[in-house]
This record gives sequence, structure tokens and C-alpha cells, in this order.
Amino acid sequence: MAVPKRKMSRSNTRHRRSQWKATAVTLVECTNPACGAKHLPHHACAECGQYGARGDRRQVI
Amino acid sequence: MPTPTKGPRFGGSPAHQRLILANLATSLFEHGQITTTEAKARRLRPYAEHLITKAKVDSVANRRQVVRVIRDRSVLHTLFTEIGPRFATRPGGYTRITKINPRKGDNAPMAVIGLVEAKEFATTGAKHSTPAAKRATPVAASAPAEVDEATDPPADSATADGTVTTADSAADDATTAPTPDAEVAADETTEPVEGDARDEEAEADSEADKA
Repeated sequence: MAVPKRKMSRSNTRHRRSQWKATAVTLVECTNPACGAKHLPHHACAECGQYGARGDRRQVI
Repeated sequence: MPTPTKGPRFGGSPAHQRLILANLATSLFEHGQITTTEAKARRLRPYAEHLITKAKVDSVANRRQVVRVIRDRSVLHTLFTEIGPRFATRPGGYTRITKINPRKGDNAPMAVIGLVEAKEFATTGAKHSTPAAKRATPVAASAPAEVDEATDPPADSATADGTVTTADSAADDATTAPTPDAEVAADETTEPVEGDARDEEAEADSEADKA
């Protein structure tokens, strides 16, 4: 069985892990004028539960 | 011949997937709208729509084919007496998938799949017409737009005369339709020009969505 020849140094481990970065998700504003919360694009708004274009909203949740 | 489903099955085995889909379809026809994972909703849509197509014609043969999937007799009755006739003129696209926020526990992408509202469609060759002809006819062109959940259905004000909210669907709605939601929907579609008519329309639409 293949095994590592050298111990992975703390520095190498931490340098590698420093590259693990989270990215901010893209959000859009709810077009419901009474809500206006941020939600994922092409998803129903979690605040008001509506989905659809302005003037053609429908209650999903 | 339909293309075989590729890849792994829901639940691990073909038998389990059949049961999952049958249960999902039964729940969908019972409640009109269900929340499930997006993958299951996408797999359920063609499955449930085939059943609704069968339910449009109430014959013994069709009932026997559907009862193999929908084993609940009361749901079967609802499907053939309410849901089938409701979509009598609609050329397919009976359900709509709307994505919602991921699930808390495992971040699984979730979606709401529901039956669309009843609406009258022109029956003259709409089913077999070419895409170009569909685009030319405004009523027929609205059908594929409603199927696509990313695209929004055309403004109901344009086809308001064709929109029919049956008393049955309103009655089904009694368990799930919260009045504040309908009011919110009504508020945001209000326009100064045609205020009351738009309000009633929005309420009817939201009720039909829930049904």
C-alpha cells in the first residue's frame, strides 16, 4: 500500500486550506412591492412566497 | 418507444422508484400542490401529466390503466371527475414547477409542483400545429410558456375571459388557501385604472394555483 513519505507540515496544510474560499451567492430583489426582500434568482421569494414577473405574481408557498 | 430512464433510480431500485412516483402523483392529485425535491418534481411532471391525459377521457380502459398507479379510490375519483375535465381543452402542460429555497437539513434543492389553473384553449388543431403556427396563435402560444417554469405565464388580464376558476377547485382550496396571501397577491397587482377587477382576478388566480 502506498503511504506518504513525509509528514505534511502545518504550513503546507494551512496554505492549502487558505484557498478554501466561499463565494457570495447572487441574489435578486423580490418584485413584490410589499416585500422587496433578497432571494435566489429563479426561485420563489422565501419571505412572501411569491414567484413571477411584476404584475403577474402568484403565491407559491 | 419511450426512451428508458438513464442513471440511478429514486430509492435505489426500480420497484422503489415506481412506488415513490406513484405516491408523489397520488399526493399531487389529492392536494393540488406538493413540495418535494427538485429532482423528484422534474421526474414526476411527465409521469403525472400522462395520468392526467388519461383522465381526460373517462373510460373503463383508461381507469384501469390509471388505477394501477393511483391506488387510492377517492383520489382516482377526483382525478377523473375534477382534474381531467378541468384540463379538457389544455394541450398538455398541466403542472408547473417552481423552485424554492434549499432544504435546511441537507441543502437539497427543493421545488413546488402544482396543477395549473383551469383555462379554456382553442381546440382547432392546437395539439398538432407546428411551432410556427403556435407562435402565430396567441392562445396556443401561451401553452408552452406556462409549461416552462422559468418563463412566466402570460398576463391573465389579456386572457381574462378565458380563465375559469371552477367551484370545485375553490372548494378543494379551502384547506390550503390562506386569505392574507391572496390579499398580498391582490395588493401588488393593483393598478389605479382597473382596481377592483384586477383584485378579484388575482385572488381567483392564487386560489386556482393552490387548488
